[in-house]
Amino acid sequence: MQVPAPFDYVRATSVANALELLERHGPEARVIAGGHSLLPMMKLRLARPDWIIDINDVAELHALTEEPDELRVGALTRHAELLDSDVVGRLFPIIHDAERVIADPVVRNRGTIGGSLGQADPAEDLTTVCDVLHARIVIASPGGERVVDMADFHRGPYETACEQHELITEIRFPVRPRAGSAYEKVERRVGDWAVAAAGAALWMAEDGTVADATIGLTALGLEGPAVEAAAVLIGERPSEDLFAEAADLAAAASSPIEDQRGPVDYKRHLAAELTRRVLGRALDRAAHPAVA
Amino acid sequence: MTTVEERPAREANPSATAADRPIGFGRIQRKEDPRFVRGKGNYLDDIVLPGMLHGAILRSPMAHGRIVSIDTTEALAHPKVHAVITGTDLEGLNLAWAPTLSADVQAVLATDKVRFQGQEVAFVVAEDRYSARDALELIDVEYEQLDPVIDVRRALDPGAPVVRTDLEGRTDNHIFDWEAGDAAETDAVFAAADVVVKQEMVYPRVHPAPMETCGAIADYEPIDGKLTLYETTQAPHAHRTLFAMVAGIPEHKIRVISPDIGGGFGNKVGIYPGYILAVVGSIVTGKPVKWVEDRSENLMSTSFARDYIMTGEVAATRDGKILAVRTNVLADHGAFNATAQPTKYPAGFFHIFTGSYDLQAAHCKVTGVYTNKAPGGVAYACSFRVTEAVYLVERMVDVLASELGMDPVELRLKNFIKPEQFPYANKTGWEYDSGDYEPTMRLAMQIAGYEDLRREQAEKRARGELMGIGISFFTETVGAGPRKHMDIVGLGMADGAEVRVHPTGKAVVRLSVQSQGQGHETTFAQIVAEELGIPPEDIDVVHGDTDNTPFGLGTYGSRSTPVSGAAVALTSRKVRDKARLIAAAMLETRPEDLEWEKGRWFVKGDPGAGKTIAEIALGAHGTVALPEGVDGNLDAEVTYDPPNLTFPFGAYICVVDIDKGTGKVHVRRFVAVDDCGTRINPMIIEGQIHGGLADGVGMALMEFIGFDEDGNCLGGSFMDYLIPTAMEVPDWETGHTVTPSPHHPIGAKGIGESATVGSPPAVVNAVVDALAPFGLTHMDMPCTPARVWEAMQGRPTPPI
Amino acid sequence: MQVTMTVNGTEVTRDVEPRILLVHYLRESLGLTGTHWGCDTSNCGTCVVLVDGEPVKSCTQLAAMTAGHEVTTVEGMADGATLDPVQQGFMEEHGLQCGFCTPGMMLTARALLDRNPDPAEDEIREAISGQICRCTGYATIVRSVQWAAAHPAAEGTTASEVPA
Repeated sequence: MQVPAPFDYVRATSVANALELLERHGPEARVIAGGHSLLPMMKLRLARPDWIIDINDVAELHALTEEPDELRVGALTRHAELLDSDVVGRLFPIIHDAERVIADPVVRNRGTIGGSLGQADPAEDLTTVCDVLHARIVIASPGGERVVDMADFHRGPYETACEQHELITEIRFPVRPRAGSAYEKVERRVGDWAVAAAGAALWMAEDGTVADATIGLTALGLEGPAVEAAAVLIGERPSEDLFAEAADLAAAASSPIEDQRGPVDYKRHLAAELTRRVLGRALDRAAHPAVA
Repeated sequence: MTTVEERPAREANPSATAADRPIGFGRIQRKEDPRFVRGKGNYLDDIVLPGMLHGAILRSPMAHGRIVSIDTTEALAHPKVHAVITGTDLEGLNLAWAPTLSADVQAVLATDKVRFQGQEVAFVVAEDRYSARDALELIDVEYEQLDPVIDVRRALDPGAPVVRTDLEGRTDNHIFDWEAGDAAETDAVFAAADVVVKQEMVYPRVHPAPMETCGAIADYEPIDGKLTLYETTQAPHAHRTLFAMVAGIPEHKIRVISPDIGGGFGNKVGIYPGYILAVVGSIVTGKPVKWVEDRSENLMSTSFARDYIMTGEVAATRDGKILAVRTNVLADHGAFNATAQPTKYPAGFFHIFTGSYDLQAAHCKVTGVYTNKAPGGVAYACSFRVTEAVYLVERMVDVLASELGMDPVELRLKNFIKPEQFPYANKTGWEYDSGDYEPTMRLAMQIAGYEDLRREQAEKRARGELMGIGISFFTETVGAGPRKHMDIVGLGMADGAEVRVHPTGKAVVRLSVQSQGQGHETTFAQIVAEELGIPPEDIDVVHGDTDNTPFGLGTYGSRSTPVSGAAVALTSRKVRDKARLIAAAMLETRPEDLEWEKGRWFVKGDPGAGKTIAEIALGAHGTVALPEGVDGNLDAEVTYDPPNLTFPFGAYICVVDIDKGTGKVHVRRFVAVDDCGTRINPMIIEGQIHGGLADGVGMALMEFIGFDEDGNCLGGSFMDYLIPTAMEVPDWETGHTVTPSPHHPIGAKGIGESATVGSPPAVVNAVVDALAPFGLTHMDMPCTPARVWEAMQGRPTPPI
Repeated sequence: MQVTMTVNGTEVTRDVEPRILLVHYLRESLGLTGTHWGCDTSNCGTCVVLVDGEPVKSCTQLAAMTAGHEVTTVEGMADGATLDPVQQGFMEEHGLQCGFCTPGMMLTARALLDRNPDPAEDEIREAISGQICRCTGYATIVRSVQWAAAHPAAEGTTASEVPA
């Protein structure tokens, strides 16, 4: 069996303590939460930290709070907890859609939202979900905390605004009325990383037109939301033709690469197909919100 | 005679009372389960010997390269490292190369060149497994990269790099050409036929990937020179003999122990370099050495399966009478020809590609070549290339059905070998022992509701939805095999069994075959129980230890029940015959005046006067005056040489739905009707079928080991070598018919590989059927979402 | 470092390297070899144990991270001689062949039934979808879990009793 190279281990007791440990142990220290990205990399010896700082005991990172205008999710919230949460399902069904297809149920018992966003794998689902929901990320630094938009947080594959000496502590999802959202992924098998996925959120105006919309793509070579695709929806009355137009624009914005999961034209086709599907489902959900 | 049975209702809880339990054949719980459900199985990596060290292998990062230098200084300086062994060290011991199962040699550790990514280059022995892994990083190897041979279609091009420069005079990558059937006769039938269809198809490289990887613990005792070798092996006796030949250790000084095996599926037949290295490590350090491969090592270096590019052709009349089948095959054997199969058959039993059909002619030609890929070739529940053969013929029959516009079931029914034609001599040299195909096909149709499915499909097609129904009807050839035709490295494919009845009437049966999960401890106890009337729980089954079991070639190719099952039945009958002599002495009568009922000899016409097996056993070991020539025991042994192979068959129907927008295939239903002859334990048989069906869905939809153009393995972990989970497979619907083998003592034919063999064409036929509206008549495995979508766009590309 | 955790109801302490994976702590430090491993990439699930009652892949968790928590392995499923209904269900319904994935499958089933005593077939399939079985094709595993659900207080065969 593959095993990690040697390192030292320390458990953080609080966010302040974690930051202090990061400071003390310098650039070769890594924070571990669920560990399902980091430990496999360490077993392959592609990651060789000198220090592992375990934040699993930091209770303040482990909260799910519904405020009138936003849902606050602690960075240490496990995938399984998001999936079990009725509040999450009612406000943001896209999160449940995505969580159902992230890894597998056992991995979801350990993996965390903060860890997923921090790893920033290009095929990672929650980055797209957070893009689509205009989430804001709270990052704690020795000098205090800052709140950044996804656009600023996610800088590209495996790269975020969270610096080595910092910690992602919370994800904030704004709550807005008449909202619907959805996510759909094509995978080669349950538990596999995405061949491609799309997520969308719609916020409807009282007159039945689209007040606001976002579309995001996963594993399709697009950083951040598909802005032009979403723009054609705004102010319009939803229709199959309108969604098809947005879907085509989303596909045009994608720049997938060929790999074992499929060729470029297939993935671009999926960008359109899945965008069309999630827009339809998001609209349906906006019209028929879940009662909880 | 064939008995057609209805789909069995789920049986009631069979453990209700002891009195209900069959003594002999029938559904009983497995004797091995109590230890497994308690976590008390004893697998290789569970074994810890005093002072044991741990080995790890450094492997080649590239597919083809010349070794310039290997520097082990730093690794040797690691405080926990006891030894670092390289190919040069092995050359000194004449162990750098080992014979393969196909009369080739394979590098144990590379000396001149590396020939595939993942090839063994150096071996570290350290105090614990973590340190051994650490030390691998301290070995410095310099390579000079060479152009690799990756595209098998280019392997025989003039000027292609030569993989096997180690072989004297070798100037190309050709291994063998092999033919079966009559080429001229076949060509003549083709020339005169109304209809000829032709299709190239790829059976891609896949891997058995048992959940437990391969490993060994070598414990060499220097004082008496005895080597105890714990191995994950399906064939402990064959391994012992080969180790004696390779390592020069006298065979009586080698004891191979195969503990509980966490799945084999053919992966654990061969002798891998790691096993030999563990032995060398133990000899060098004087301590036991454990080596267990990680998952990437398993997928990248141990026996793969398939990798056949097949061109199939069928000649037929316009009204659907199949006249002849011919095929040309290009077989990728990787860097060393390490294929496991009987010596006379370099393409295994591929010449069973004539299938279940009565043909006028058939011919195949198979060409084997070297490439810069891992060696192996026959593994993964394959029955020696029967998997490839069945896939070819069952895919080709569907291609013909499509050409003729005939229902694929109707076409098969029209061409089946008829029951009165058995034993049936096919056109490539097999004699099918028994079969009655139509009732099996019809039972599958009945379970599936075939007509209703076709109606549903027509309605869905009218709405633009994609639904497919796939048929496969397979005939296997298993239970290898007659000694006069079949050997592996010179060892005849016979198997021994010993039965001893203890004085109190309990028994022990010793086997040469080795379970990897098939339930031998139960099935073989049931055979003895059926023959002697001793309850299965009173019979101990001993296997997996060469010091304590008779010689035999092991478990693969669905041969345990056909060969060892026969040996056990015949041994038990010898015991029964001997018991008759002793009983006659005890009852003071003549043996011919005794009659047998299960567990007891009694005097004809006087049922009250008799002796049970237990009484006879006590008599034999006691003071009864024994007849002349009868020893004072109730023991027997037999080495069984099968007169022929057995030919299990079955009808499979798969129903798929395809998401037109994403290409995703959903297997909605799978109906399997199997005929494996006499059924010993229906529960275990069903379990074997279920597992094989999941394998088939896996191969058809997702399992694939690909390579990039540089020869980097793209299926080297479970992140990329995908195996179905519970979500990708349906609840299997099974049924059975019973057509006993006429030449097997209990009529059993073997079941281990039927479903793995029969299911891939059923799934692919269903996918192709679903895609018929796109004009498709063939697509290659694996039917991944992307590949299915490409097929819908009119470009069904081969995977390699 | 000293790592203390509760395993099958008993508190244990062992001195191990920080990098020791939980699966090796259980197998090698404690000798509980019923927990297996089958891959390096957190895909196969043969290493599943319960940590605080939830299934976890013990190859992707450090022993150090588990300190202070409660671990249940297959060796802790039975109550003395009385098997857990899940264990009994696997024997009744042929839910195992080679037995390698079985401990992980049974522990996940136990956690599922604790949360949902009467799961539907698709819920069982979903629950075990992070674990690979190469032998059974899963149908009999599903039936084994259903058997356990239908026999929540199985009379309990004992391990020493001869199965039949």
